[in-house]
Amino acid sequence: MITQMLRVAAITPLSSYVTRFRFEHPEGAALPVFSGGAHVVVEMPDGAVLRRNSYSLISDPVDSSGYEIAVRREDAGRGGSRYMHSRLRLGDLLRVTVPVNLFSLDLRAKRHLMIAGGIGITPFLAQLKQIARLHAPFELHYAVRSRDEAAALPLLPDLPQVHLHVSDEGNRMDLGAVLAGQPLGTHVYTCGPEGLIDAVAETAARLGWPKGALHSEAFLSPPPGAPFDVTLARSGRKITVGPHQSLLEALEAAGVQPDWSCRGGACGRCETAVIRCDGHIEHHDHWLNDAEKASQTRIMPCVSRFSGADLALDL
Amino acid sequence: MTLRFNDETFRGDYTFRNSPQAVRRFPFPFDQDSYMYSVNLELHKGGRAGSVFENRFDVDEHYVAEMRDREITLAEDPLRCQSLPHMELAGWDFLELVMTTKAEDYPDLFTLHRDGDRWHWINRPLNIEQRFTFLDATTLPCGPMEYITRQTQGDHALLDQRDGNLWMDAGMITSQADWSLDFDIGMNFFEWHAPVPKAHEMGVFQRALKFLLNLQQGAPVRRLNWTMTVNPRLDTSPENYHKWGPEKRTITPGNVGEKQFLRVELQTLWRLPRSNAIAFPIRCYLCSLEDIVTVPKWGRRLHRVLRDLPEELATYKGFAVNRPMIVDYLAQFDDGAETSPGIFPD
Repeated sequence: MITQMLRVAAITPLSSYVTRFRFEHPEGAALPVFSGGAHVVVEMPDGAVLRRNSYSLISDPVDSSGYEIAVRREDAGRGGSRYMHSRLRLGDLLRVTVPVNLFSLDLRAKRHLMIAGGIGITPFLAQLKQIARLHAPFELHYAVRSRDEAAALPLLPDLPQVHLHVSDEGNRMDLGAVLAGQPLGTHVYTCGPEGLIDAVAETAARLGWPKGALHSEAFLSPPPGAPFDVTLARSGRKITVGPHQSLLEALEAAGVQPDWSCRGGACGRCETAVIRCDGHIEHHDHWLNDAEKASQTRIMPCVSRFSGADLALDL
Repeated sequence: MTLRFNDETFRGDYTFRNSPQAVRRFPFPFDQDSYMYSVNLELHKGGRAGSVFENRFDVDEHYVAEMRDREITLAEDPLRCQSLPHMELAGWDFLELVMTTKAEDYPDLFTLHRDGDRWHWINRPLNIEQRFTFLDATTLPCGPMEYITRQTQGDHALLDQRDGNLWMDAGMITSQADWSLDFDIGMNFFEWHAPVPKAHEMGVFQRALKFLLNLQQGAPVRRLNWTMTVNPRLDTSPENYHKWGPEKRTITPGNVGEKQFLRVELQTLWRLPRSNAIAFPIRCYLCSLEDIVTVPKWGRRLHRVLRDLPEELATYKGFAVNRPMIVDYLAQFDDGAETSPGIFPD
């Protein structure tokens, strides 16, 4: 991945859990512009551990003066968001990748329908700015449990096309109603928990939406699990993956540098061949198809784990 | 670098010529004495000084004549340039990429002044000066992709990325190796590659697509492709097959060295920032066999490659009918000596 060293230029709390970070080039140079829905990977040198987390860009895609992200603190998470919230200071330098977009707008759409669950609002903040410039019709539904969770509310335009659904206030989003009233040529984009993405897919299927009009992004954090051993077939070395470490992170800690991009099971870049597998690969990615997963001959080290006697990779 | 632009034609009297310098910098596509498909992609981050890889968009002695030839082709058949409505943003992305890189790489030939969205473009070789508003198509004489590709050597396709695939949704295609934009427009990566023999079974396209879907901003890649063309003709399109197809039958043992050309495409792929589309310039270089053999290594190697090429590849590339004559001609320049690795002359 191409990276650049950027300076933390602003830290703004948006709610009790969510903070906005702004990055700028240390010498004020222009950053590459991007498309709405793009993310960057931020590298965090956390003691002996180098953490790398993906965050959607929320700033205006054509504003090359800086990048902004919004990070929700996950106290039970692996530590990346805690690092961002508690350790990062104004002026700190961090390595950030160039923007990559795995969730771009379908520019053929006659209308863009965006459905966000909680912190899943982030890619839409940049997409809204792109859509405004394209003068395309749109509608946004932002579903949260409580008003305090609606951290992005002040960042949203005050327009009748923007709908807030707060389930605590008895205003739960009615997906059937949202999806039923859309004209032909509408594309729907969902970002949020897997349950929301599945619910949109099911409702849309029931209402006869074409599959090609559905888009979603579910970035996974590497799930924790029992520790396991992996053999690197080319060198014969054996490494251990810790309970809160991903296989990709364990490889990197051992000095092996597989190619990667999203680190969330979506882009396919770190796909690795399995030489031997005596046991069960716990596939957590959205990249391999069911047949590939069942064959246990490929693994996505960024999110997938293993349980069993022996796993050897072509590394 | 001072460039002198040739006054030459790519049709009719075919006055196209390569200067000795142009022959030396010809992108000979074979790095060994045999050829088979592969995903031969490498980063497009410059290359040997003076080579066609040095700059991001190579401008050479054929620039002005090639643009004149494109004008003729477009006047006869406007459908060689098409852009589906959702591709205009990608067109602007590509215009920006070409203008900024050419102005940086060839400051004596091209200048770009930018004041916010108000741009001022100067193209000295083509005598063009244009003031326009970036992202406002009403301020250009035609769409942004057409505008910039009328000033950029090579064919150019803009590929939309969606549904885990790439879609040929815009392009300027006037110097193609027998494929049609009007036929392929709207097709996905597997559909437009369907006619290629062997490569599907080898999984080449699956691997190439996976790679391209992850192509990153600022990290363009390149590969070379090749075929054979009789006469230095850029427009070898299916639409005009009746004009150039019969010329294949004009090859004789006496004229093969002069009339048979090795046609090489320098293909580059660029992730575009605003649209997330991919730009796919396909730059065509032509070199006659008699010019190729002035580089002894190339004469030996081309003989071996064409002699041993599987028949279906020679058929697909459209020169099976002339292969025996081509191989006989090249054989006289192959003394059996070993060739050095890599594509460059010794």
